[in-house]
Amino acid sequence: MATHTEQTGHGYSQTAIAAHAESQQHPIRIYLIVWFWLFVLSACSYLIDYIGLQGMLRWSLIITFMLLKAGLIVAVFMHMVWERLALVYAILLPPLAVLVFVIIMAIESDYTALTRMMSFVNGG
Amino acid sequence: MAETTLNGFEAKEAHQNGLRGVAADWSSDQRAFKSASWGKAMMWIFLLSDTFVFSCFLLAYMTVRMSTVEPWPNASEVFALHIAGADIPLILIAIMTFVLISSSGTMAMAVNFAYRRNRSATVALLLATALLGAAFVGMQAFEWTKLITEGVRPWGNPWGAPQFGATFFMITGFHGTHVTFGVIFLLIVAFKVWRGEYDRGERGFFTTRRGDYEHVEIMGLYWHFVDLVWVFIFAFFYLW
Repeated sequence: MATHTEQTGHGYSQTAIAAHAESQQHPIRIYLIVWFWLFVLSACSYLIDYIGLQGMLRWSLIITFMLLKAGLIVAVFMHMVWERLALVYAILLPPLAVLVFVIIMAIESDYTALTRMMSFVNGG
Repeated sequence: MAETTLNGFEAKEAHQNGLRGVAADWSSDQRAFKSASWGKAMMWIFLLSDTFVFSCFLLAYMTVRMSTVEPWPNASEVFALHIAGADIPLILIAIMTFVLISSSGTMAMAVNFAYRRNRSATVALLLATALLGAAFVGMQAFEWTKLITEGVRPWGNPWGAPQFGATFFMITGFHGTHVTFGVIFLLIVAFKVWRGEYDRGERGFFTTRRGDYEHVEIMGLYWHFVDLVWVFIFAFFYLW
């Protein structure tokens, strides 16, 4: 490849990119299937509100459909299933720290709500 | 898997898989991401930082919603539209969701056709993606206009907890900004594909590195991320 020698100074070879490009070459069918399921899952999430489900059933279904959609987008559309584990872990593990943050803030806001209610009831 | 070394030769040895592969890649004293190029790894790291930004917005929303003593406005009614003599709950948001998912689909197809070196199909699909993205931003502008005329402000609204407006404008505004920038960059990438710049490997105006069809995939990563964020906003802000 003509550009190969030209690029070696940058440590950035076109052959490597080309070979990599071929590794992200997947049949169109798989994208269409994922696309179809994203539509179905979105319709389902909308139906939760349209039918007017309430309580635990509503929340668990919202979370389930949300995680399924997010998983499909990251795995197939963003090609995460075809990347090496070193990249997958580097990107997908750090957001788990957010879950800890969620727990901390949930405890904190519960306390805030409680003190607000107490002060409103007792007149401050 | 392709391997780039300093002398430009491709390494012949196969990479290990599983957890041993993670340890080997990270301790290889070279690049840790063997399968991803420089540009792609950087886009992923940017998206990771953006994940934290949006997470913080959604967390702030959770905190004010859990701690307020006033009732939270019912999103189902707030975002209902009066169509054909009936109030349809959340219909505009549902349409926006479908528009954004469609744009994600056309983007994925554009990446695929770019790697097949099918320039006309790639340009058409990129333009379709940009058009759907612009439609999304247009509908969001309509939604903002409707809510502002109804009296929603960052410090109050007619239906309940005043924090509703602040979180709504912050979260959807930040997401809409991302979509807008995505549309601009989609148009730039489409223009480059149309002129055949990635075939000739012309240098980019910003990084001065040689262009490659992988840029379409990197653009796609950003666009799918915007769609991904909307999945979470739709679930937590509009449906919850």
